[in-house]
Amino acid sequence: MKVSLFITCLVDNIFPNVGVAMTRILQAHGCDVRFSPEQTCCGQPSFNSGYCDASRDVASALIRALHEADVVVSPSGSCVGMIRHYYPELFADSPKWREMAIDVANKTYEFSQFMVNVLKVDDVGARFPHAVTYHPSCHGSRLLGVKDEPLQLLQHVRDIQLIELPYARDCCGFGGTFAVKMGDISGAMVDEKAQHVTETGAEVLVGTDMGCLMNIGGRLSRTGQSTRVMHLAELLYEGMRNSKEVLV
Amino acid sequence: MTNASESSTTVLQRAEVAMQDEFLRKAVRFTTDRLRNKKQTVTASFGNWEAWRERGEAIRAHTIANLDFYLGQFADNLEKQGAHVHFAHDAAEAVTAVRQVVREKGAKQIVKSKSMVSEEIHINQHLEEDGVRVIETDLGEYIIQLAHEAPSHIIIPAIHKNREQIRDLFEADSANNLSTETRDLTAFARRRLREAFLSADIGITGCNFGIAETGSMVLFTNEGNADMVMNIPKTHIVVMGMERILPTLSDLEVMAHLLPKSATGQNVITYMSMITGPKRSLDHDGPTDLHVIILDNGRSRQLGDAQFQAVLHCIRCGACLNVCPVYRQIGGHAYGAVYPGPIGAVLSPLLNGGEQYSDLPYASSLCGACYEACPVRIPLHDMLVHERQRQVQNGHGKPLEQLAMKGYRQMFAKPGCYRLAVRMARSFQGPLVRNGKIRARIGPLGGWTATRDFPALAKRSFRDLWPNLQNGGDSDE
Ligand code: SF4
Repeated sequence: MKVSLFITCLVDNIFPNVGVAMTRILQAHGCDVRFSPEQTCCGQPSFNSGYCDASRDVASALIRALHEADVVVSPSGSCVGMIRHYYPELFADSPKWREMAIDVANKTYEFSQFMVNVLKVDDVGARFPHAVTYHPSCHGSRLLGVKDEPLQLLQHVRDIQLIELPYARDCCGFGGTFAVKMGDISGAMVDEKAQHVTETGAEVLVGTDMGCLMNIGGRLSRTGQSTRVMHLAELLYEGMRNSKEVLV
Repeated sequence: MTNASESSTTVLQRAEVAMQDEFLRKAVRFTTDRLRNKKQTVTASFGNWEAWRERGEAIRAHTIANLDFYLGQFADNLEKQGAHVHFAHDAAEAVTAVRQVVREKGAKQIVKSKSMVSEEIHINQHLEEDGVRVIETDLGEYIIQLAHEAPSHIIIPAIHKNREQIRDLFEADSANNLSTETRDLTAFARRRLREAFLSADIGITGCNFGIAETGSMVLFTNEGNADMVMNIPKTHIVVMGMERILPTLSDLEVMAHLLPKSATGQNVITYMSMITGPKRSLDHDGPTDLHVIILDNGRSRQLGDAQFQAVLHCIRCGACLNVCPVYRQIGGHAYGAVYPGPIGAVLSPLLNGGEQYSDLPYASSLCGACYEACPVRIPLHDMLVHERQRQVQNGHGKPLEQLAMKGYRQMFAKPGCYRLAVRMARSFQGPLVRNGKIRARIGPLGGWTATRDFPALAKRSFRDLWPNLQNGGDSDE
């Protein structure tokens, strides 16, 4: 299957290893992976702040980069949510763009959603002998409706110890520009989240959205916690390499 | 922390004050936790909750889409039964209507049951200016009335108070010595309120639902106080928002499940009081004079607006407050408006128009918990985004933000510019980075770095790594 990547701006510039891990996993499952460097960002930061014109400009660059793809996979539930949920509305006034936007929206999947629902893979053969807790990001789980898929993938990892996160479904306080504009409120929210993560005693916090993980990770590191923060794809890829080492 | 509604502060400033109040935060967390856990349990054991929500949404959507018809039917039926109906365009008209009745009756003392609409028109304040004593009879409302505060939650007005604070308020009002036992505190309030019920000239209530088909008004309470308010005094005034209509009694059946389960996690409400017209000759009790004031106050502006009409579906259950992570941190007063929480952040700017509440739509991380909790599926998170968009369209964007968005647009709309900008940022970040993290409180990042680290840009971006990745080569970083 030909799979085009949408590597979000955050992953591209700050967490490129998440993109690498996702690429490797997809390749290991027989996907012919492509990446168009003409993409930048989904346009969410400006859209959620109210600047639709800016978002249209940015989103149309992404649509141009992706419109010829068969399917698109991205490591962020929030950005995929933006594309699926808001692109049709964003281009409501231009029939030509709207059609392309809907086409891109219909073929774009979040990573775990694609693995489980399209590739029908919930066991990637990974082994990860650590205590792990999972934070379900709001946009991925609520707006996009990806709830069980990440857990299905995690549950099949060998030797993993999954610890439930108290108040898991409460927002971590990221919310894009919210974290900057309402920094103190957002700070209080992430503080609570980081405390809950620490309470679990897990070595690793895993999630499916780097925005949230950057937020929680930033608070954990500021408060001197050593908890490792990983994207689901990173964890699975590291786990796949672990189990290879065992076999060899 | 008292009423912040009239202040010129921003939501962030008010939130800062609230976040320093450990009592408040503990009390709000404790109670919202309890409410949402109870709700979860009750809806799970009830079963098919999503189907019930869909029914709720359908009923509300149908009613609001045909509101003129149902309002007309409701008012006709009310009048047929002998009630007086007043349509009030704004708060001032509603206050005038209440005042007129009060003067006509020469009333000196009024008992009230909890009603958010009456908060909206500040009726107590106006009546007290006229020398009329108004006594709140809902326990929570009674407490905050003694504290001279506004409600900080739609359902639990005194959510921010703990027992010690309540005991102190009661003692100050009565010179009694009280314990902090719930039993003692409620017994004290009950004694006081009983006297008030018996001596009041007028009862004022809100209205959870007006039934168009029958001209009935329905009130839900847990303390039974609304029953007393509407049955003991000779005159009963109902103040209701114009959207609180349901077509039929069978629609009420659905709401009687959705409302208490969502609000407090109760399977059924303790008291559901229904009144259909003033006392008839064979009735044992009830008011001889019934006035119904139907308030617009900015609501009708939402009719016909595709982005916002659904806000009128709200049944004021408060479930969105209980799950809101922002509300949980800052409590209700920080919203600075009559309606707090997510519904307040959406509703307050819509009802009031203008600049007053223009920062409220930003007091949300758009996490969508409110939408998920709402028994009638109002997409509050979408509305918050749409309100922000309206503000920008109307030229109310903040200058700094406008600049930032301009920069974002230029940088991210063209892949070439994006690559260049990232390369430049990478070389500029050098002095700020320690161990791969940025801690300096610089520029717009200050709000972030005050409480958390920000990661540095990676040495090589994904697009730099891509050429080595595409053929399955194994040159991982
Ligand atoms: S918006 Fe929904 S959840 Fe919030 S108070 Fe209204 S009905 Fe309840």
